[in-house]
Amino acid sequence: MPTKPDVSAETPPIIDIRDLSVRFGLGGSTLARLLGRETGVVKAVDGLNLTLRKGEVVGLVGESGSGKSTLGRALLGLVPAANGSIVFDGDDIAGYSKRQLREHRRHAQMVFQDPNAALNPAMTVEQGVGDALRIHGVKSPTERRERVVDALERVGLSPVELFLPKYPRDLSGGQKQRVVIARAIIMGPRLLVADEPISMLDMSVRAKILQLMLDLKASLDLTYVYITHDLASAKFFCDRVAIMYLGRIVEIGDTDAIFADPKHPYTKALLAAIPDPDPSRTLPRELLKGEIPDAARPPRGCAFHPRCPAAFEVCGWEARDLVAALENHWLKTAAATYDIERAKIANLDALAAQDAGPAVLKPSGQGSSDDLRRLLDEVRTDPANATFWSGVSEVRDTTEGVEVEFRDGSDPRLRRSGDVEVACHLY
Amino acid sequence: MTLIDSSAPAAWTSGPVMDVRDLRVWYGTPRGAIRAVDGVTFALEGGQTLGLVGESGCGKSTLGRGLMGLLPEGAKRDGQVLFKGDDILQMSVHDARAMRGTDLGMIFQEPLTRLNPLMRISQHFEETIKQHEPSMSKRAIRERAIEVLNLMGIPPTRYRSYPHEFSGGMRQRLMIALAVVLRPAFVVADEPTTALDVLVEAQIIRILNDLRANFDTALLLITHNLGIVAEACDRVAVMYAGRIVEQGDVRDVFGNPQHPYTRELLRSTISLSTTGLNFIPGAPPDLIEPPPACRFHPRCPNAMKVCADKDPVETVSSSGTRVECWLHGPAEAVPPGGDAPLPREEIGIADEA
Amino acid sequence: MRRLLGLVLAPFSKTQGVARWMLAVGAALTGFFLILAVFAPWIAPYGFAQFSSNGKQFAKLGHPSSAHWFGTTDLQTDVLSRVVWGARTAVEVVGLAVFFSLVLGLFLGIVSGYFGGWLDRVLVLVMDAVFAFPSLLLAIVFAFLFTSLIGDTFLFLTGGVVAAALSLTVIYIPQYFRVVRNTTISAKEATYVEAARALGATDGVIMRRYLFGNVIQSVPVLATLNAADAIGTLAALGFLGIGIQPTQAGEWGFDLQRALDDAGLGIWWTSLYPGLAIVLLITGLTLVGEGLNETVNPLLRKQRLVPVEMTPREQVEP
Repeated sequence: MPTKPDVSAETPPIIDIRDLSVRFGLGGSTLARLLGRETGVVKAVDGLNLTLRKGEVVGLVGESGSGKSTLGRALLGLVPAANGSIVFDGDDIAGYSKRQLREHRRHAQMVFQDPNAALNPAMTVEQGVGDALRIHGVKSPTERRERVVDALERVGLSPVELFLPKYPRDLSGGQKQRVVIARAIIMGPRLLVADEPISMLDMSVRAKILQLMLDLKASLDLTYVYITHDLASAKFFCDRVAIMYLGRIVEIGDTDAIFADPKHPYTKALLAAIPDPDPSRTLPRELLKGEIPDAARPPRGCAFHPRCPAAFEVCGWEARDLVAALENHWLKTAAATYDIERAKIANLDALAAQDAGPAVLKPSGQGSSDDLRRLLDEVRTDPANATFWSGVSEVRDTTEGVEVEFRDGSDPRLRRSGDVEVACHLY
Repeated sequence: MTLIDSSAPAAWTSGPVMDVRDLRVWYGTPRGAIRAVDGVTFALEGGQTLGLVGESGCGKSTLGRGLMGLLPEGAKRDGQVLFKGDDILQMSVHDARAMRGTDLGMIFQEPLTRLNPLMRISQHFEETIKQHEPSMSKRAIRERAIEVLNLMGIPPTRYRSYPHEFSGGMRQRLMIALAVVLRPAFVVADEPTTALDVLVEAQIIRILNDLRANFDTALLLITHNLGIVAEACDRVAVMYAGRIVEQGDVRDVFGNPQHPYTRELLRSTISLSTTGLNFIPGAPPDLIEPPPACRFHPRCPNAMKVCADKDPVETVSSSGTRVECWLHGPAEAVPPGGDAPLPREEIGIADEA
Repeated sequence: MRRLLGLVLAPFSKTQGVARWMLAVGAALTGFFLILAVFAPWIAPYGFAQFSSNGKQFAKLGHPSSAHWFGTTDLQTDVLSRVVWGARTAVEVVGLAVFFSLVLGLFLGIVSGYFGGWLDRVLVLVMDAVFAFPSLLLAIVFAFLFTSLIGDTFLFLTGGVVAAALSLTVIYIPQYFRVVRNTTISAKEATYVEAARALGATDGVIMRRYLFGNVIQSVPVLATLNAADAIGTLAALGFLGIGIQPTQAGEWGFDLQRALDDAGLGIWWTSLYPGLAIVLLITGLTLVGEGLNETVNPLLRKQRLVPVEMTPREQVEP
């Protein structure tokens, strides 16, 4: 593959991220906002370690909500670090002042996902690209114009005179993305964070933009962080890939190693879900269920366990997984059966909101503990709930109702396994 | 099943559910007519899925909306759109509108903008069903809605939630459930997964795939992602500049593309097996004044002299793939010397998509 | 110059039908009064407070005649001259008021929307309080206040004019503030603003070069509609005898108030002409505002589609 340069472990790191956390406060309800209360905290990035070597292309892959974009923005200091350090060329930018951060952005730049939104609609191409120079104190209009022309030529927008006076609305998607890239490289950065740079583009242009980025990397000596949810383009484009889930890296390693032998069930699921135009390959019948959970309340233990097809005893089962198991069961029943069964449970919503401890299913006036026990037995027979039952240590009657006790779970840490590092209890 | 029969006219018993013949959809602008769809013919049987692919600006969405009758003022269509044998274009406005929802369903790209944020999911279903079945009781509506929601993987516990309490993928499932709850025989899905993540996208594809088994729906799936077509469709139609340039069985077309546009689209797609980057130079043409003769000839690596002079003739291969390209003859229609390569003009970034 | 002309004429070419007529009629009316205002000394036969000419006093409440086309008032002034000078006053006051409120409203709106936090909360509270207060009452209070603060002249302008303009400014700031703050709040979430921050732009640069150009689009409509409203408020102030004194400038509201008693005596000219001037100018500005709204507001602006003629199909050669 053309993208694999001679980056070895000896190449000095350009960025060294240690134990980085980024948190966002949640708005909460209208009333809470009116009272000025903060109602919750989302750990968008949660204790993450990552080293980028000079000249490398590192892919951050995951679904929306995995924290990959937040991590990319943290590298430019666009979101503040709550904890940990981001060492860029020997300096920790997590401790930078506003002014230092602005200076840092000469060296680290960003390409955005939606080229239609990333350009100021009120500026021409010349003004938009040149504004990066104006911001960093290039006062002479002639010098600015020279450098804008040079940057536009580098991204292939020629004849340049044709593009200089145009407004973003007069350009096609691919051309806009080229302008965005021109603006990013004009200050001569060393690190480029590309946040899904091709996902909003037409299929026929995507390859062109990737090719352009490869050319620029070679001619300008750049290091890339490539953020994407598309493993196919990551496989082609990246030297190393980090798979992210709920603010953590769950698997990281050289692209070849990860694609040859994906370890984490999440990586496997992502790979299996890519639709391939080759009609001889089809999607597997069993797909990952559900969607990425709310980061304000991450699941206990391994955050991936509720969706994981390979989850087992120690993955951190809890009360809300019981609610999910019941819901799985009700997906297969008629509405009438659901009504009867649902009416027998008094505390379903409370269980969904419960944070720790065993789950106690309480009977309502319309049902007894025996009914609930029978319901649980039925839930147990559903093969879709097999992983969940592996985490149940005991079901017993109490005075309040039926108590479901879970096995102790723990949070897996990144460990080396073969050629990659993976955070999963299976390894 | 307890679902109502979407009363088919007595005359229609067999044949394609949707039979489109030489459909044109044009928009008028001060500069001239945009020929967004310009003579499109295809047929779709019940339980079949047809993937409609092509770059943006090739008329895919217009075709889908044209079939549904969801066109802006100033657009005109002609030709024939036969739904179970009846020509929709000949119907009164009132009759055509009554078909939407019951006979023709539509799934849009942005689910959030199509759901009313102030209405519970239950109310969405009540409104949709009541429009066409005013006598149905709330209880019956609920049973029917939950049955469909279960097929989409949405548990009944969520029936009284509001749209904002759902994630993007769940909302798209809701949209699909709302579109198919009245069991339309023909559904248009316009880029239903474009805004979604790969995993959720795969789930939605699976649901669309199951539609034909559960509802015997004929589905027109509009997408720019060839991978989705390969996964979810039986047949594929490749659209370029308002015309279908190649259509046939997905395996045949993707396995052995006949039209250079199909071949180049497949080559430019980045998949797990990609080892080099390929792309099609230039961009789809202005549909007000499309290039003469074969509309792809300015971008075609195989263009011949005849391609710029005469409209290509549709040919049918032994496998049933239909293609509009001079490379496949008929040879006797090519004027002498017409098969000489066409000198290509340089295509710059200035014309890029 | 040509660009300016193009900018002025752009709304005309973008509209059609009713909107274009509204714009055209509104612009003609407004333009007429602007000409009166600018060239008042040349158009008006006499001064606004002039009651004699060549040593001869004007008649009191004189009928319209060749010497006084619109007749004379009970103060022996020429009605035509009062109307023409009144146009100048109206344009001066309203122009100043709109300018001041626009500048302040834009500035406060962008700052408040961009930074948010306690500054935003305080400003919103103050602005809402001002907005909720009956505007005429507020204008009266501030007119008293400013008249006593400002002397007879302020720079090259009459003191009364400036005082009236400032009191109008106060009541119109909240409108600009609200509109600009809300558009700023949605615009600051746009990717291009984040992109500017990623480039290393300071808050000042972001507000000046990235937000300003994108939030002022709704302002022209608001400004013209406010101007129309301000004409009415100014007249009301004059009618109540507050603000501009008759010796300082000609003012339509004051004239109307003086004409109040005349109307019962069958003397129609003293009230008709100033009244007509107020109505026409307000109508003109409103029409311009609504016409502009059609071109600026994307919700009202329909994509321009014209009926399409499909060419007959070509016969396919066998």
